[in-house]
Amino acid sequence: MTKYLLGAAALAAAAALVPVGPASAQPKTITLCWAAWDPANALVELSKDFTAKSGVAMKFEFVPWPNFADRMLNELNSKGKLCDLLIGDSQWIGGAAENGHYVKLNDFFAKEGIKMDDFMPATVLGYSEWPKGTPNYWALPAMGDALGWTYRKDWFARPDIQADFKKKYGRDLAVPKSLTELTEVAQFFQGREIDGKKVYGAAIFTERGSEGITMGVSNFLYPYGFKYQDPKKPYAMAGFVNSPDAVKGLEAYKALFKCCTPPGYTDAYMQEGLDAFKSGQVALQMNWFAFFPGLYKDERVGGEHIGFFVNPPEKEHGSQLGGQGMSVVSYSPNKAEALAYIKWFAQPEVQKKWWALGGYSAHKAVLNDPGFAKTAPFASDFLTAMGEVVDFWAEPSYAQLLLAEQKRIHDYVVADKGTAKEALDALIKDWQKVFKDDGKVN
Amino acid sequence: MRNPLSRPLPPWRGEEVDDKLDTRNNPASSAPMTELTPVPSLADRVAAASPDWMVRRANGLSDRSIAWLFIAPTIVLLLAINIFPLIWTVHLSFTNYRANRPNAALKSVGLDHYRSILSDPDVWAAMQATAHFVLWTIVLQTLLGFALAWLIDRKFRGHALWTTIILIPMMLSPAVVGNFWRFLYQPQIGLFNYLVSFISGVPPSSFEMIGSVKLAPWSIILVDTWMWTPYVALIILAGLRSIPDYIYEAAEVDRASQWRQFWSITLPMVLPFIMLAVLFRGIENFKMFDMVNLLTSGGPGSTTEVASITLKREAFEKWRTGFSSAFAIILFVTVFGLANIYVKALNRVRQR
Amino acid sequence: MSAAVSRGIVTAHSVVEPSPRAKAVAGTLVAAYALISMIPLVWIFLTGFKSPPDSISYPPKAIFEPTLEGYCNLFTTRSRQTPEYMATLPPPASTCDEIARGRNMVIAGPSNYAPRFINSLVIAFASTFCAVGLGTLAAYGFSRFKVPLADDLLFFILSTRMMPPIAVAIPIYLMYRELGLSDTRLGMILLYTSVNVSLAVWLLKGFIDEIPREYEEAAMVDGYTRLHAFWKVVLPQATTGIAATAIFCLIFAWNEYAFAVLLTSGEAQTAPPFIPIIIGEGGQDWPAVAAGTTLFLLPILAFTVLLRRHLLRGITFGAVRK
Repeated sequence: MTKYLLGAAALAAAAALVPVGPASAQPKTITLCWAAWDPANALVELSKDFTAKSGVAMKFEFVPWPNFADRMLNELNSKGKLCDLLIGDSQWIGGAAENGHYVKLNDFFAKEGIKMDDFMPATVLGYSEWPKGTPNYWALPAMGDALGWTYRKDWFARPDIQADFKKKYGRDLAVPKSLTELTEVAQFFQGREIDGKKVYGAAIFTERGSEGITMGVSNFLYPYGFKYQDPKKPYAMAGFVNSPDAVKGLEAYKALFKCCTPPGYTDAYMQEGLDAFKSGQVALQMNWFAFFPGLYKDERVGGEHIGFFVNPPEKEHGSQLGGQGMSVVSYSPNKAEALAYIKWFAQPEVQKKWWALGGYSAHKAVLNDPGFAKTAPFASDFLTAMGEVVDFWAEPSYAQLLLAEQKRIHDYVVADKGTAKEALDALIKDWQKVFKDDGKVN
Repeated sequence: MRNPLSRPLPPWRGEEVDDKLDTRNNPASSAPMTELTPVPSLADRVAAASPDWMVRRANGLSDRSIAWLFIAPTIVLLLAINIFPLIWTVHLSFTNYRANRPNAALKSVGLDHYRSILSDPDVWAAMQATAHFVLWTIVLQTLLGFALAWLIDRKFRGHALWTTIILIPMMLSPAVVGNFWRFLYQPQIGLFNYLVSFISGVPPSSFEMIGSVKLAPWSIILVDTWMWTPYVALIILAGLRSIPDYIYEAAEVDRASQWRQFWSITLPMVLPFIMLAVLFRGIENFKMFDMVNLLTSGGPGSTTEVASITLKREAFEKWRTGFSSAFAIILFVTVFGLANIYVKALNRVRQR
Repeated sequence: MSAAVSRGIVTAHSVVEPSPRAKAVAGTLVAAYALISMIPLVWIFLTGFKSPPDSISYPPKAIFEPTLEGYCNLFTTRSRQTPEYMATLPPPASTCDEIARGRNMVIAGPSNYAPRFINSLVIAFASTFCAVGLGTLAAYGFSRFKVPLADDLLFFILSTRMMPPIAVAIPIYLMYRELGLSDTRLGMILLYTSVNVSLAVWLLKGFIDEIPREYEEAAMVDGYTRLHAFWKVVLPQATTGIAATAIFCLIFAWNEYAFAVLLTSGEAQTAPPFIPIIIGEGGQDWPAVAAGTTLFLLPILAFTVLLRRHLLRGITFGAVRK
């Protein structure tokens, strides 16, 4: 027995030294890395066109969102050659640009006649530029996205539910026009019996590990008046991050979490939200526009059952920006083919097909088309959202800033630590330290 | 096994007799022998049996060179992959190095990192969470493990089978365990809440294990206990089995009660084993990362964020390499120091 | 009793032969503990045969219609298609095809599970082989020869296991980045070997210490060289110890997560980092995760059951010896 064990081990030792990888005499293959979600599956479909036209085969490496940033940033920092193309999150731009992970695309764009003017400005600013506001491009806007809401239109349409709501709140049950109204709607549905099952108010983001709760809380903070810094003085955060309005916004998010979410919803992000909504547990769901095409097509909750709305305002308008740009990894041995893919992807016809398959094109040819709003029930909401998006810090140290907010917000909202003001004050201190280490403040 | 020698092997202790290994009882397996074989024919046999390279090299090798030949590869490997990196970590802990900015200028910061770690309340919170975890897992696993070992030692029929079955949880990957216990702990769709509700009548949706500030630390303790109690039980079982019968027989003759026997014979003689199990589990749980990270991600908030999770976030998410190196050194020194003290105490207990 | 002692077996134990009633009670309690501790594993095993909606139903279903969907999902990637497109396809080629079509999906290709499983096999076995090999040699060296500072060296070797793996990973990450060993099987094998060899040396030294020197000395008097004596006399007697050590090293390398998740990516990633990120169309694809967990457990389970005696010796030996 031991002999077999040792024999197997010896065989494995020999096998280990055999390199893993394709022989060189095969057609070129490039690998595109992205998150594992609906739009990625759509991209697989779309890329068949590229392979047909160029003869370059596509391999894909998709990682679920909670692990995506971790895995990909690790990959970039270790100069890995796994990815030739990376559709990286908008916040990675600063770090990737300054540390030489991405190939700068200005020359390529100039040579191939790809104009950034053809893309929606918010997406160019958010996904491509570093430093922000300067014409230095490190990615092609690939996927426009913002954080929106879905709701059970069929429940809202029921006469008995409408009557109940009118009795309780004195107004009609409709798409909420403010965050306060949204909380009321969620409260109304919390614990209600519908079709023999207990349902709950809203599925919101509360995830601790990567970026979930920060993305979710931002959708409340922005409309209440939260700002990252003094518009006139960069990195001056006191009074803007912890303004009384911001405190109110944070308290409102916690109130929504405490009153109106399903049980055990303390570490939930996109996937859990989808699960909760699709299984009929919640009336409202906070999630990225990226999922809306798939939700609309769902057998149980799609079609007539589902409705969409932009993040409601409170004092002002604001939605958390999502979305990614497509970049060429500078450690890739296949940069020429990767650039060819970008050139192909930037064509208006391909962008139109991208939207048709479920990807959110950022190209003006698609978005400014007069018929765009009618192509899908969420299309006009998407345009509205993209007109009012705000993004998180995209500094090279964005990970530290994000982790600090994850901790402080989760501590307050889920773990009941301290008050909202204390959480935001602690957050300013955390962020101050990061900027100090970076030399951005004294 | 063929007896390669020309005379029978002397008997030896300390090994459960295994027929295959025991040549004393297998005369058929030993070579035909005379008292003293003339050297030339043995040399012939040796020469015929040994691979050529061995014969050529072995003839010239002294004991000393063989000793070094045998030990050197291990030492070299450990130096390269354990010691050198450790020294590098110490060096890094005095700098401001960031692994995600390899081109930035390297600056020495002296003891800054150490100062900020030791005064950081979040780090102390993490150490507290770790201490809570280590303490309670040790307590529970020792109590349960002792009880289990005691029961198995009654030597009831089929105890070998049941012992093997209870070993299974410790063969799993802690990461995978953390992941599927997360599934089991879900209040709506998970098995745990329903079982508890079945036993106690409390409605399953009325409480949550990994989402509640009060219960989350216990959720990780429970999973670790589930995994490792059998390990502790086996060590203690070895201890129980090492107590010779005659001591108990003497105690019976002296008409000592069962209770008395337990306290003055069993417990003291098993104590070194218990202490050893506590040492192993303590060190392992101090280092704990994968199971807790996949079960709770350190949440809610940071209530179950054990030291390794904080370290991972500092080192591989914030990429503050210098800072996390200092933290790593502090953790290492802590464990090393505590283990040292503990082993000294353990040796003293052994000598009693 | 004296016969037991002279055979070298210490089987003596506590209270002289418990009563049959005591035995029955003990047996029942242990059996109860064993069964209760098996419940989570049985549940996971069953979940591998549920359909995704069944696996997240509430309340959880104990009775359900078994299906191979979990296992199919584990080994394939699928994409959702429109019913019109589905109608144009030829009839399903396999059970997994059928199941996917039933959900309006088409199998797009194999998943990464099989390559990860193979990586686990290669890396775990190779590193075990190396660790046990090097460990046996070094243990023999420490046991038979007077090495300067042997005790301190041994304790220091063992203390390298006290570092949290994340801490060890920090410099290793940097080192491997420079050497190009990131995300390679060789890199992982070196790392696991190095981590395991300290335990291997410590355990094997104990086992080899127990083998009387008289054997080799007798052999060497007969004209064997030291090396030959080691190979032909000592090694066969140390088989049990080697097997016990090998199982420990194998279990560690097989189940290891922290190093794998930090130092591997597409090429050399093993199964433990992969299984927890198997997602379906919404959240985690629990039947696929359960199927992956079950399959991943099987090799270790097989080895442990087959070599159970060695494993028990290994655990208890570590306790008895030091």
